[in-house]
Amino acid sequence: MGLFVAQLLTGLANAAALFLVASGLSLIFGVTRIVNFAHGSLYMLGAYVGLTLMNHLPGHFGFWGSIVMAGLIVGLIGVVIEVCVLRPVYRAPELFQLVATFGVILVIQDLALMIWGAEDQLGPRAPGLRSVVRILGEPVPQYDLALIAITPFILFGLWWFIAKTRTGILVRAATQDREMVGALGVNQSWLFTGVFFLGSALAGLGGAIQLPKGGADLLMDLNIISAVFVVVVVGGMGSIPGAFIAAVLISVLNVFGVAYVPQSTLVLMYVVMAVVLMVKPYGLLGREEKAGEHGQVGEVERPIRPAGLVGRSLVVVLLAVLALVPFFASTFMQVLITDIVIFCLFAASLQFILSSGGLVSFGHAVFFGGGAYVSALLVTYSETPMEVAFLLAPLGAGLLALGIGWFCIRLSGVYFAMLTLAFSQLVWSLVFQWGSVTGGDDGLVNIWPSDWLSGTTAYYYFTLALGVGGILVLRHIIHSPFGYTLRATRDSARQAEATGIDVKKVQWLAFALAGAMAGLAGGLFVFSKGSIFPNELEIAKSFDALIVVFLGGVKTLSGGVVGAVFMESVKDWLTRLEYWRLILGLLIIAVVIIAPEGIVGSLRKFGERIGLVKEQESMQ
Amino acid sequence: MKQVKTLLAAAAIAVIGSSAYAADTIKIGEINHYKRLAAFAEPYKKGVELALSEINEAGGVLGKDLEFIFRDDQGKPGEAVKIAEELMTRDGAVMLTGTILSNVGLAISSFAAEKGYIYLAAEPLADALVWTSGNPYTFRLRASTWVQAAMLAEEAAKTDAIRYATIAPNYAYGTAAVEAFKVNLKQRKPEVEFVTEQWPALFKIDAGSEVQAIESAKPDAIYNVTFGPDLAKFVREGTTRGVFEGRKVYGLLTGEPEYLEPLKDEAPEGWFVTGYPWYGFTAGPEKEFVDAYIAEFPGETPKIGSLVGYMTAKSIATLITDAGSTETDALLAAFKDLKVETPMGEITYRALDHQSTMGAYVGTTALEDGKGVMVDWSYKDPAAYMPSDDEVKAMRPAD
Repeated sequence: MGLFVAQLLTGLANAAALFLVASGLSLIFGVTRIVNFAHGSLYMLGAYVGLTLMNHLPGHFGFWGSIVMAGLIVGLIGVVIEVCVLRPVYRAPELFQLVATFGVILVIQDLALMIWGAEDQLGPRAPGLRSVVRILGEPVPQYDLALIAITPFILFGLWWFIAKTRTGILVRAATQDREMVGALGVNQSWLFTGVFFLGSALAGLGGAIQLPKGGADLLMDLNIISAVFVVVVVGGMGSIPGAFIAAVLISVLNVFGVAYVPQSTLVLMYVVMAVVLMVKPYGLLGREEKAGEHGQVGEVERPIRPAGLVGRSLVVVLLAVLALVPFFASTFMQVLITDIVIFCLFAASLQFILSSGGLVSFGHAVFFGGGAYVSALLVTYSETPMEVAFLLAPLGAGLLALGIGWFCIRLSGVYFAMLTLAFSQLVWSLVFQWGSVTGGDDGLVNIWPSDWLSGTTAYYYFTLALGVGGILVLRHIIHSPFGYTLRATRDSARQAEATGIDVKKVQWLAFALAGAMAGLAGGLFVFSKGSIFPNELEIAKSFDALIVVFLGGVKTLSGGVVGAVFMESVKDWLTRLEYWRLILGLLIIAVVIIAPEGIVGSLRKFGERIGLVKEQESMQ
Repeated sequence: MKQVKTLLAAAAIAVIGSSAYAADTIKIGEINHYKRLAAFAEPYKKGVELALSEINEAGGVLGKDLEFIFRDDQGKPGEAVKIAEELMTRDGAVMLTGTILSNVGLAISSFAAEKGYIYLAAEPLADALVWTSGNPYTFRLRASTWVQAAMLAEEAAKTDAIRYATIAPNYAYGTAAVEAFKVNLKQRKPEVEFVTEQWPALFKIDAGSEVQAIESAKPDAIYNVTFGPDLAKFVREGTTRGVFEGRKVYGLLTGEPEYLEPLKDEAPEGWFVTGYPWYGFTAGPEKEFVDAYIAEFPGETPKIGSLVGYMTAKSIATLITDAGSTETDALLAAFKDLKVETPMGEITYRALDHQSTMGAYVGTTALEDGKGVMVDWSYKDPAAYMPSDDEVKAMRPAD
């Protein structure tokens, strides 16, 4: 009994920091619709700033004062980010801000390394709360009790602010209908900035308040972000009490998970998320997202046409150049292009469902990694010939997509995105923790192609044929009747249904097709590297693909491919430099601000303005 | 005007000089996780730089300067393989080295064997690298997980503790470290039992619950494999809740300055650990390295990564000098039972499994002047802890 109570208390104490960070993310999302991927970075900054302050301010007042000040300082940093980086892109397509926040992560990572150095830092203990209290014989740290006591005050404070104050009412109104609030004369941009300040401050507070239980290190940002997403989604996006309940639920479950299924702590969290979303698709306290609730932002999607003569000729020339590469370029150039083509196919498969299907998947890497693992497992365990194993990569990934799609397709919008994220993280945690089969973190190695393909040039042509072939097939499908049907389901599900289209089935098939194509990319990848590791299907990989699609231009056909080429080439060049993350981050932010429609979208607009491209031909 | 001319002349010399210099160096491709694991990779890089300045001041190798090309792989194995290819085909590197994470090490190792490039794994500890996944082109410097765990098991077998709890990050390195400890301890003392095994996800430890779970199993002793921020949290919660009181604790890597120093005055006392007691050397090559390091990087003290980086560069310099060439075949031949002088004494790269005989320091943790240190430490040669030659041969795929 004593142990049970103590475990419960530990779970509640662990929920504190998680709740603070998650409520900040939820708040920002609820009002501004920004999926702030950099929220973990704000949490990390809170920890570092708090630690620095505590080193200078001694005593009770210094300790608690530092926590509050860390929150305020991080809040101000959030304002700077919002004003300088996000405000210029509010008119861009929804979710485009994701790319900007990714740039922010990179910048903050390098700045933190420069300012605070590489070494991990242990947080100070809270003055006067260094010891334990015995509860039913079990030791419970005093600071845990303090955390348990503080959290409800913050929850209540937030609730009071949102439910009872005028500003809070405006914030809620903005959550429901941004444009109406604007029409009523409320300065929207300052409302957004204010909310961003509050959300960032909460993240900073979360980082500082966990210091006595941990410290500050450079991996904090990415380590917390997936847990925070889980809490926000399980609680219901935009719901503060939901975030609280979910934080407590996840933390307490985790404590009991540690005690009873210690090897599956990661899996557990994502199982909970997937189950909750399947039963209550909008989270515990979330509301259903109504179609068109937030209005279409940015330019209306244009109808697409097959590429004109100029476009086709350009593609042919490009292909010819690529085919000649082995005759004039170095071996490494072939390796680099092989990598880029694989990534392009992966990005194109995401763009297929994202742009043409309107289905934003946050977990697309599960099919890329899934396909790769299908091949790798076959080669490792049944000595399947490479040719067969390779063919089964897209098939396996397609089947996986059929399975996952069956659950996800029932949702739409950001909830669909989150459920795909949940499934992909579920598969990732399985692969990661099921070491006896998948090799876990040690991955599967020695997955090399057959002799006839083992040369760099041979594999280069193989990748070129299948990679470019895959991309062309996807483009072709977009212009086929199935593609038109898919686009109809995206533009108006209701009208599509009225014309006799089985909307969900079309989306499901498109999802499976995209999954199979991602699996093909994964198959090409595993045999080019000779090995596969869980990081190829984790959240960061999914976001890589999302980012290049948005960067290239989500409302275009070639955005994914162009974005992928841009990103891979720039990275290849920049990672030689000392502070490459800072430069890459700033570069991404610059592109986002200069080209809010993505690279292709903005080039097209520019082309139209100077009369180089005619509008009819311009949907490439 | 004269100044401008001087400047131009200087610039011309710099340009010509540097290109001449570039043509006259032997390049080694070095891949590491400089951003992802900066806390470990930076001291490592400094160790390499120190060795390079010593080597090149003494005339370099084969009459040329030795140069490392440092590249960041973001901790991604796929990226590392791509960079490895680039280093070998575009940058003119003669061999590859580096990495801390075992998974990246394994990926490069597999790639090196496929393409016929030599790879000296510096830090990655996975046993598989030289044993089950061993290949003719891969060599490894650091003592493996198996050996270090066996050293701790030997000490643990001397006590009368029977009931053991283990805690290790839930990935390949952690599971291997626990398995090695279990096998070695049971061999020496069959009556021990493992009453609980805790597997927090790497860098996502929920320290409070882990400590509770260990406490509720009431073990006599604890075997700890956590490191980095996980270790800090585990120590903090464990000390607060008194889980270490009256219990022997064995800590793999806990004595390494990388992990012990951040704990400052909260470093645990009385743990038996492997580590690197640089502050305890009084004479000999061990001390000379420490002095040289502190002189080269004022205000810094060596970490074990620094030592590994230093020994990596020294190994490569010796290898190329012995081979008398930078051709792969000559290097491979020279690597067989290569002997290298290092701060830890002479080590040998065993022809049997390509593993070096670099040993490890073991000792007990203590607090001195508000800092965690190792006391009563000794240097242990790995020979006694390695599996027998026949066992190794059975594990390694045929070359």
